[in-house]
Amino acid sequence: MEKVFPNITDIPARALITKIGFDGHDRGSRIVAAYLRDAGMEVIYTPPWQEIEAVVQLALQEDVDLIGISSLATDHLIVPELMQKLSDAGLSEIEVFIGGIIPEQERPMLIEAGLGGIFGPGSSREEIVECAQRLAATARLRKQQAMAVAS
Amino acid sequence: MSASLSEQGFCEKEAKESPLDVAENQWKEDYAKQIGDNNQDIKNMSGITVEPLYTPDNIKDTDAYLKQSGYPGQFPYTRGIYSTMHRGKTWTQRQLVGLGTPADYNKRVRTMLELGANAISLLPCNSGFRGVDCDVVPLPLLGTCGTVVNNVDHMDTCLEQVPIDQISAAMNDPSPFTLFAFMLNVAKRRGISWDKITGTSNQSDYISHFVANHMFYRLSLAGSRRVLVDHIEFCREHVPNWNPMSVVGQHIQQTGATLAETVGFTLSSAIQHAEDCLARGMDPDEILPRFTFFFDVSINFFEEVAKFRAARRIWARIARDRLGAKDPKSWRLKFHAQTSGVDLTAQQPLNNIARTAVQAMAGIFGGLQSMHTDAYDEPFTTPTAKTAKIAVATQNILREEAHLCDVIDPLGGSYYIERLTDQMEEEALVVMAKIDAAGGMYKAVEVGLVQTMCGESSMANQELIESGKKRIVGVNCYQDEEEEKIEVETTRPDPVLMQKHIDEFKEFKKNRSEDAVAKALDNLTRAANSDDENVFASVVEATGVGVTHGEIISCLRAELGFGHPLIVA
Repeated sequence: MEKVFPNITDIPARALITKIGFDGHDRGSRIVAAYLRDAGMEVIYTPPWQEIEAVVQLALQEDVDLIGISSLATDHLIVPELMQKLSDAGLSEIEVFIGGIIPEQERPMLIEAGLGGIFGPGSSREEIVECAQRLAATARLRKQQAMAVAS
Repeated sequence: MSASLSEQGFCEKEAKESPLDVAENQWKEDYAKQIGDNNQDIKNMSGITVEPLYTPDNIKDTDAYLKQSGYPGQFPYTRGIYSTMHRGKTWTQRQLVGLGTPADYNKRVRTMLELGANAISLLPCNSGFRGVDCDVVPLPLLGTCGTVVNNVDHMDTCLEQVPIDQISAAMNDPSPFTLFAFMLNVAKRRGISWDKITGTSNQSDYISHFVANHMFYRLSLAGSRRVLVDHIEFCREHVPNWNPMSVVGQHIQQTGATLAETVGFTLSSAIQHAEDCLARGMDPDEILPRFTFFFDVSINFFEEVAKFRAARRIWARIARDRLGAKDPKSWRLKFHAQTSGVDLTAQQPLNNIARTAVQAMAGIFGGLQSMHTDAYDEPFTTPTAKTAKIAVATQNILREEAHLCDVIDPLGGSYYIERLTDQMEEEALVVMAKIDAAGGMYKAVEVGLVQTMCGESSMANQELIESGKKRIVGVNCYQDEEEEKIEVETTRPDPVLMQKHIDEFKEFKKNRSEDAVAKALDNLTRAANSDDENVFASVVEATGVGVTHGEIISCLRAELGFGHPLIVA
């Protein structure tokens, strides 16, 4: 008999919304967490000041499809390190996006590190939710493919 | 009016001076005395003499005026806390500066002083807010949003050639106030007596951090409360001209509270801090003159002016009637205001210069004592030297060119402003009654009441923006599809110099006396665990023998609890 996998898109996507580094301005991350929750995603929200290793651990344990990083005060500068550590932990199928104050000159570095989306001030709820859903779908497709290969 | 009636009125006036006349004469006397050499006739462009103050004499006499507004420098201070206000002395230009290494800070702050700023303000690096020293922080995060100040030597460099006995300094550093402790040690090194030190422990209000400015929050709620009262008590005895208490309305407003809620929450916090000091046995007239307030000033022009007028009136009554203060200095709500970064937009960023000017005007008409104006690149980055200059120039233009300071409380007497002031007062009193019913501000934040109220107001505001009911130029109306991207300069600290700063710090730690450090940390631990000792006194002592910022905080976190803000979704 053919083995049937549950269709991964039938369960809600899982997103981790967090802040790394030392800044504590969390109004943005709370609003985005609410946006994604209202759009039907399962959201794992953390307070600010998470260490990169802790975020990687949480992403693994919670089996998230997507990580959203909020950065107001230059914490985006250590996002490439997060990407590297995710990859080291074998979690490179997870998509990552960022929102906040990200100067133009420092965006190429983030895109190069593999970020799926960058949102500045004034971004609309629709744009953010649309991007998050698209990234989550991509991540799940990758996971499903990996599962199929593994079986 | 018949001649006889008017004559009769005149006779009565002669026989007995009305309370209004007494107040008016008192103000005239105080004004003449205090304005001194600054007294000059001001004529407008049409040649009309501009009086320093307009009163109901210029309109119509009423008893209500005296009770609700009164004269400047008189209870209930609605029209300003000093009799001369900006006609006598404008305001302190206190630009927030924080970047890079201590040497970078020193260079910037000296430039600002040369440009007309007459006070300094120091903002530490975010790693400092979290309570860690530079030797354990990833290099890219150091000094991007504040200065890396971890010991007395660093502070000495920050303040090199800055006459700290002549200018007022604001240290933006929450409990346990290590930056201020560093500064006191610098004064000691320079042989400056502590009674010459003036300024403010800016944002020392831990309640506001617990509710809204989470990044300043690092000790437990109970621990922060203890250290704040110790700090106030220490300054009362040893640094009498320093303001240890800065009650913060800025964070709560920026987190989404309405302006009336902001007044209510802020004054409820002030009551909490004052009552904590009274419970410790301090006299209200010893501490309240050293209470200062720090507010946000948004672009809601008239509402902001009314906010400040209402806040002054409520506080005067509370200080006198509830806290029992008898000295008029205790009744005066003096405040610093910062133009709100929340109103600034990333779209068409040069428009922010106009927004800041309007905000600053609201603060001036609101009767502020000290001001920071934001730079237009605030939505992108820590201000560069270039944009910070424009922010200072905005203040200079308003002060020098626009004749905003000729008349005291120039919007007073406007039917709109007076009505709005009354309404803001009523709304704020409703909020304060809720807080009192919850057992005071400390209890109200502990259970999340204030956080929930802020969250609801914040969501309501966000919905107004999303629905387009609140219009923001360049964001949801007047968007410019062809908008030319302006070059926003992002300056990051020089990694080579920052690495050198870290290396020197490591070297410093190696060379200091381990015994002295161990002894000082031991004393600090003991003070934290004893009700009879002053924690802040031990912080001053410890920093003096080379204990670092991170060491002080990790010691106190172990003894007084590591705080996490209460986040209510």
